[in-house]
Amino acid sequence: MKKYRIVVVGNGMVGYKFCEKLLAKTKDFELVVFGEEPRVAYDRVHLSAYFAEKSIEELTLAPISWYQENGITLYLSDPVTNIDREQKKVYSHHGLELTYDFLVMATGSAPFVPEIPGVEKDGVFVYRTIEDLDMMKDYAGKATKGAVIGGGLLGLEAAKALLDLGLKETHVIEFAPRLMPRQIDQAGSDILAAKLLELNIKTHCNKNTKEILGENTIQGMAFADDEKLEVDMLVISAGIKPRDELARLAELEVGIRGGIVVNDHLQTSDPEIFAIGECALHQKAIYGLLAPGYEMAEVVASYLVNLKEELAPAKKFTGFDMSTKLKLLGVDVASFGNAFAQEPDCQTITFENRAKGIYKRINISLDKKRLLGGILVGDASQYNMLLQTANNNIVLPPDPEDLILGSRGGESDAGSGLMSLPDEALICSCEAVTKGDIIHQITENKTFSLDDIKKSTKACTGCGGCTPMVKDLIQCTMKAQGILVRNVLCEHFSYTRQELFDLVKIKGIKSYDGVLDELGHGDGCETCKPAVASILASLWNENVLEKGRATAQDSNDRYLANIQRGGTYSVVPRIPGGEITPEKLIVIGQVAQKYGLYTKITGGQRIDLFGAHMSDLPKIWEELIDAGFESGHAYGKSLRTVKSCVGTTWCRFGVQDAVSFAIEVENRYKGLRSPHKLKSAVSGCIRECAEAQSKDFGIIATEKGWNLYVCGNGGSKPRHAELLATDVDSETCLKLIDRFLMFYIKTAEPLQRTAPWLDKMEGGLAYLKSVILDDALGICNELEQEIQVLINNYKCEWKEAVETPEIRKRFSHFVNAPEEKDPTVELVPFRDQIKAKDWNVLA
Amino acid sequence: MEILEDIKWIKACSADDIPENEGVCAYINGEQIAIYNFKRRGEWFATQNLCPHKQQMALSRGMIGSQGSEPKVACPFHKKTFSLETGQCLSGEDYKIQTYPVKVSNGEVFVGISEF
Repeated sequence: MKKYRIVVVGNGMVGYKFCEKLLAKTKDFELVVFGEEPRVAYDRVHLSAYFAEKSIEELTLAPISWYQENGITLYLSDPVTNIDREQKKVYSHHGLELTYDFLVMATGSAPFVPEIPGVEKDGVFVYRTIEDLDMMKDYAGKATKGAVIGGGLLGLEAAKALLDLGLKETHVIEFAPRLMPRQIDQAGSDILAAKLLELNIKTHCNKNTKEILGENTIQGMAFADDEKLEVDMLVISAGIKPRDELARLAELEVGIRGGIVVNDHLQTSDPEIFAIGECALHQKAIYGLLAPGYEMAEVVASYLVNLKEELAPAKKFTGFDMSTKLKLLGVDVASFGNAFAQEPDCQTITFENRAKGIYKRINISLDKKRLLGGILVGDASQYNMLLQTANNNIVLPPDPEDLILGSRGGESDAGSGLMSLPDEALICSCEAVTKGDIIHQITENKTFSLDDIKKSTKACTGCGGCTPMVKDLIQCTMKAQGILVRNVLCEHFSYTRQELFDLVKIKGIKSYDGVLDELGHGDGCETCKPAVASILASLWNENVLEKGRATAQDSNDRYLANIQRGGTYSVVPRIPGGEITPEKLIVIGQVAQKYGLYTKITGGQRIDLFGAHMSDLPKIWEELIDAGFESGHAYGKSLRTVKSCVGTTWCRFGVQDAVSFAIEVENRYKGLRSPHKLKSAVSGCIRECAEAQSKDFGIIATEKGWNLYVCGNGGSKPRHAELLATDVDSETCLKLIDRFLMFYIKTAEPLQRTAPWLDKMEGGLAYLKSVILDDALGICNELEQEIQVLINNYKCEWKEAVETPEIRKRFSHFVNAPEEKDPTVELVPFRDQIKAKDWNVLA
Repeated sequence: MEILEDIKWIKACSADDIPENEGVCAYINGEQIAIYNFKRRGEWFATQNLCPHKQQMALSRGMIGSQGSEPKVACPFHKKTFSLETGQCLSGEDYKIQTYPVKVSNGEVFVGISEF
């Protein structure tokens, strides 16, 4: 049988996806791909990550070897320049000549550059390819003020790129009266603009650029309202223009404003030529998003397969839901369904919190039964549920405002809404995976892990926005099936952390290998080793580097220091309560000078010394210990610091001696290892200068004693701590903290901080209070005794390390040249000190 | 019978220098090579010390373990894992690291370097 040859013109994201989809269905076609760019298809959606954290390899969708393994002939840097439709032949830039049976045009789009006088000047860029980004990167070094023309999705991405390139000032110029005019309304735009300003991006709406100023190089911009703006770099991101020049040359039908005209099968005016992605014009619409492009790829792939099997075409492209959820510069922005529907056609409910930068709007039908669409800015966590509710015509609850405000009062079950969705509900719109598809994988194929669901359905592999929903779906479905959901440690232990904690205690095991031999199987891994090491430390509090335990420690615990970029370490001596004598400060300065370290005051009222070579660590600590310092455990999942304000000793407002109590608390719990790090603070009065309510346990002075707060944290998901006890004396306060910490240490999951631990606890704060205050489980005595053992066993582990030759010996980079330092470490001058060289990633 | 091979065996260190179930870094022919004493399996392994993800000289400081039956090392920086047998990245990315044969005789550790 004849093997049809399909030629794909364009190796962008959609062109690549077409190959992947076709190969998943059949290998009976011969695939030839021509790409204009010098590299294989990469993730253009996350392009701005290229400046920040990702390498080209990480952005690449599939390596060249993938094309080879799948028998695809790939020509890069070689665009197709002509199509002879009569002979069914393509001609490439490098002179290749090739016949085809079917042609798929995935030529994408180019940035639309408005005709502004001066756009040709140096310092004006477009934002589309890796090459564009490299040119921007080279230029940004000499620029300080940048602007972006275009306040849409891509324009704001480009603004992030300028920010990442280190420009001091970034402006966004938008012609329309608001930002992201296709996705959000004026109120949403205002909130977004305020958020952007916090990030130092100034937005100017209603602004028409008249001219780009400067001789040969851009120096500024002039606007129609006669205002001027001084900039030395400009990125134009004012929209896209479909790449249809090849189609025009081949005399295929194109739209008046560009785009290759296609029908519902994505066939162009020549039925043997298809067009997909941003170059295709379907029902007078160009789709500039990824999900519809992928859907088009699917439709063409299934059309070709059916044609070959002599079946009627199964799927059609009938337009696409343009609902989107994005994270722009860390700000959630989403719009779905009919986002702009207005009264009197519907009823609109809005919620706005300017202080937090949150705006939500939902449009509901006049009978209040259906959700039509909406907009979310600042917090889009409800997006998936809202989208499904709108798309599946689910009947709204009696108080539809609960949808955006959350249920206020009463217990809520996160998964219940999800389970009420119909099987056809689209969970992953990028890859068109329905709820039914995922449930099928769980119930029929016994696929229980997120990674395996990703592999088998491809859900979550596009934008990733559906990941939390898929996770919940797995949990809820397994629960509904009566399958026990157990958070076992990893493939080497079929126990939860809590079970393992109890078993290790009962059996009295003191080494990692002992635990693995008795309770696990295999050789361990980077997940269970630190988890078990933490359990051993929390049970016995013996030196983490003795009895073969060293090799089970996570890297920072292994070297009792924090590994930093470039492979050097940082050193944090303990400074209890933040109180330090001038003599000790001088020693820290002298040590830093002697070993060439960068010094910085930490957020926890301590001093961090960066840039230490591994072999210098014992020498540095020897000097610090001589001056009376101890390890600060900044490297461990353990008590970090107890911050304090000055309290009654100096402050005219203070009501208790916060510093003395902070020092007492820090010295009591120093060296205590736990499932995750522990932070604390003591404030001397209600003004709360030590920020105790953002700590795992925080103490605030009252006229009568102390208020104890628990389970707060800062970080990416800040949480206010909850009040556990009021007006207690110092002794009671410590007793309650003893119980609280030991209960947490015994029952939390690995790497679970106190706030999520409380969140997952059945009964929540009320239950925690009953255990710790009312001794409902009758374990308070035991908890107090257990923690006392740990407190009594405390020794400074750095003191032991420098005094024990076997441990000390391991602090060298080269086993066969212990005196040599790692020659690849590069420290560069930085504001009168040093810093690590940037990630040294090969381009 | 003697097997002809293109491998030159270079002494790295004494076997006692490498703690059980841990790696060290040795400087060999101008290269940084990580050598692992996988006591639990009774095996020795060697790989390049450079983690290809962020180009950090760090694999010798990583934790070793297994995935299924495959021995592996996890880079301390971002926990990318690599097979100690094939060098293939096991955390779903397309990296590959160089591996080297190791032999231990008379309490000394030798790393095999191909001579071409």
